[in-house]
Amino acid sequence: MALYSFTIHELQKKIESGEFSSSELTRSVISRIDEVEERVHSYIRLLKEEALTAAELADENIKAGKIRPLTGIPIALKDIVCTKGIPTTCGSRILQNFVPPYDATVVEKLKAAGAVFIGKANMDEFAMGSSTETSAFGPTRNPWDLERIPGGSSGGSATAVAADECIASIGSDTGGSIRQPAALCGVVGLKPTYGRVSRFGLIAFASSLDQIGPFTKDVEDCSIMMNVLAGYDPKDSTSVNAEVPDYRKFLNRDLRGWKIGIPKEYFIDGIDPEVSEALARAMEVVKNCGGECVNITLPHTEYSVAVYYIIAPAEASSNLARYDGVRYGFRTADVRDLTDMYKKSRMQGFGSEVKRRIMIGTYALSAGYYDAYYGKASQVRALIRKDYDDAFQKCDIILTPTTPTPAFKIGEKTEDPLQMYLSDIFTISANLAGIPGLSIPCGFTASGLPIGMQFLAGHFEEGKLLQAASAYEKNAAIEKRRPNL
Amino acid sequence: MEFETVIGLEVHAQLLTETKIFCGCSTKFGGAPNSHTCPVCLGMPGVLPVLNKKVVEYAMKMALATNCTINPFNRFARKNYFYPDLPKGYQISQYAYPLAEHGHILIESDGQPKKIGITRIHMEEDAGKLIHDENNPSSYVDLNRAGVPLIEIVGEPDIRSPEEAAEYLKRLHEILVYLEICDGNMEEGSFRCDANVSIRPMGKQEFGTRTELKNMNSFRNVQRALEYEVKRQQYLVENGQQIVQETRLWDDAQGVTNAMRSKEEAHDYRYFPDPDLVPVTVDEAWIEQIRSDMPELPLAKRERFVREFAIPTYDAGVLTAEKPLAEYYEEVVKLCGKPKQASNWVMGDLLRFLKEERRDIRQCPVSAKSLAEMILLIENGTISGKMAKDIIDEMYQTGKTPDTVIAEKGLVQITDEGELAKTIAAIIEGNPKQLADYRAGKEKLFGFFVGQVMKATQGKANPQLVNDLLKKNLAGS
Repeated sequence: MALYSFTIHELQKKIESGEFSSSELTRSVISRIDEVEERVHSYIRLLKEEALTAAELADENIKAGKIRPLTGIPIALKDIVCTKGIPTTCGSRILQNFVPPYDATVVEKLKAAGAVFIGKANMDEFAMGSSTETSAFGPTRNPWDLERIPGGSSGGSATAVAADECIASIGSDTGGSIRQPAALCGVVGLKPTYGRVSRFGLIAFASSLDQIGPFTKDVEDCSIMMNVLAGYDPKDSTSVNAEVPDYRKFLNRDLRGWKIGIPKEYFIDGIDPEVSEALARAMEVVKNCGGECVNITLPHTEYSVAVYYIIAPAEASSNLARYDGVRYGFRTADVRDLTDMYKKSRMQGFGSEVKRRIMIGTYALSAGYYDAYYGKASQVRALIRKDYDDAFQKCDIILTPTTPTPAFKIGEKTEDPLQMYLSDIFTISANLAGIPGLSIPCGFTASGLPIGMQFLAGHFEEGKLLQAASAYEKNAAIEKRRPNL
Repeated sequence: MEFETVIGLEVHAQLLTETKIFCGCSTKFGGAPNSHTCPVCLGMPGVLPVLNKKVVEYAMKMALATNCTINPFNRFARKNYFYPDLPKGYQISQYAYPLAEHGHILIESDGQPKKIGITRIHMEEDAGKLIHDENNPSSYVDLNRAGVPLIEIVGEPDIRSPEEAAEYLKRLHEILVYLEICDGNMEEGSFRCDANVSIRPMGKQEFGTRTELKNMNSFRNVQRALEYEVKRQQYLVENGQQIVQETRLWDDAQGVTNAMRSKEEAHDYRYFPDPDLVPVTVDEAWIEQIRSDMPELPLAKRERFVREFAIPTYDAGVLTAEKPLAEYYEEVVKLCGKPKQASNWVMGDLLRFLKEERRDIRQCPVSAKSLAEMILLIENGTISGKMAKDIIDEMYQTGKTPDTVIAEKGLVQITDEGELAKTIAAIIEGNPKQLADYRAGKEKLFGFFVGQVMKATQGKANPQLVNDLLKKNLAGS
């Protein structure tokens, strides 16, 4: 078995016992990248040299007995988290040459945990997209079918794990950008509670929705990553100073006494029949784990896409104002005056989806429209949050499909933004409510595409997500498959 | 037609915190361009603001000092616009949920106290500065000031004349400096003012169309700009022309205001709550803690000086205009127990010296202790008031104590009756003609004899004693 195909928890033992070194593991991952990257395009930037140096250092530490949770493990970072001295583009031409003089807090934490960074993963420009097609550096392809999209916006982070181009990766999720690509690529992806993981150094898309989380090969790895990532950060006022449990303790338990909420609004016409069937099978597995499925309602679900596509662009229109060509990033060469410099730099530096959202957001915040759009959307957002508060009075956890369909074809929805936006229909409301959500593989279509399902829990109940997912993973006995690359 | 002037002022005051409002950079004025910056105040991607609690506390002090109600729920909002001195493309300010509202201060207008309302006080960050190169068509951006904390104090349109406007500004300035939350330096921009001004026919309730004035960097300029603008508006109305709602810049050199931008060109700032900052809640306990830490304010100090020291209101006003001066004066009074004399010396001689050299009381070479000692030396007759005039001059020049100056110059007053009597006798003897004339009724000659005695004693004779002895001796016995 190739070294790159192991999980973190398997590698921890093998590296510690000296079965092989981090350098050997890292070389194995690099050789895998050399083999498949051209076809998948998970990365905007590879860090092979840096990774090998870090792996050597890890090997010295291992020899010295200094072993931390991720010592010597090759990890990919979505190119939205700032890395000191390493270009961070956010998938945009406007930041093509931007080199941050600081590390994101999650990068510091991963470094402190011993991780080896193998590359900066591809993504939709400024995380705006559901297919990784809006990247200024070309699309990423789904390892399970290279004609199809991997999902987005953290598409590169998902494919890097699915195609074994890293052991685990970091993504960010504003409306489903971790869970949706995790589902479409057949890996585990977790969006933590808003405030659970520091956003410092995460290039902002929509500040009240963005959250960093892991992609992993299985649930246990997800808990290991969460142990590293979670926690209060004084540099992020919106991070919450709440106790972080050891997430591993939620593994390998059953679900006896648990009520699993099945929201009727998520099981609707238009869902791909193979997805529906997979979910039906999953409910049986959950019952076998001791859980009881109960019908619940989340009555404001139908408004979530509309609310999201006001609030997220509104915040984005302001967050992206700093890319003005004055201090860093792309500046157009030939300008007449200041206004001309602003207009041309932004016109040429941003792609069309980003510009579309800046315009939507600017409009929604404009004098005379604020109350009707941003104001109203904020009110409905509060109702969506209340839906979940009410629901979690009746159940411990909620189970839904992650996406209505498996991965679609590249180019299929690029001309129809509304269809593209609807691919996030099941993931968006968790961001609006600030609750955590986890996507876990639950089978394959007849044509061999992965299907994912989503668990949702109350604020700071990531432990429940991991407990349910771990129990499901153990009992479902989903066939272990690898993409045929 | 008689017009009434309506003015409302917006004041921006830089707070004297050590560090900026949302990062740990220094707030010090000056410094090489961009030396007081970090990724946060440079608006780099992915960085986040963290509120400096001191800013809230300083702003709360101003809110309490201006009788505002402090709101328990505070939120920061983003004010969106593009300008190269604004690194994030938005300014973090407060909008729908400001720190404090519904306050007022008292000013004096035509000798009467008058209440001027404070609409609101809110916290925000300052922008950077552009430096233009005259030899080169380029501009440089210095972001040292970006993120320096400000409070904006929005006043009600209660002001009815340019003089009242200047008075209001002086009172606000005085309070800010007294609270030690702002250095009040108008030239460096620590205290800035914009004015909204309109006129209306006397007795009318509705406001006229207003203009907003900017770029006035002294109290005097605020008054001059407003005087000009009121005249300009009157001229327009009297000549049947329309006043345009617009922003106008004061041109100090020309003494005029010029249109900068009209209402139509005004920005739409697209304010919305800043999602990077959590709401700030202010509870009663916090307010009480700030209140208990408040210094005595200028108005209260003024009233107390009048009451405790029995000095005129005018004197109390001069002495409390700056807190260090008031403290100096109180220290002198405490040490000598002579409030009236202390006020005469401080207001008369010391302030004149200081003004000539553009110094402030903190740089005064005469310590409060020395001045108090000098006053006591006059009181116990060691020196005369006239001698003291020279002594304080010397003390100011050299920083020496009165005892040292007196000893060095041999200035001790002659109060020995026997010694003085001998001198007087000799003078009377040496001037028989004047004596005869005096005794014949030419009483004006008394001054001649006083002068002779003073000359003989080099001015050291106690004047009262000289008077008494001369009267007795000249009358003859």
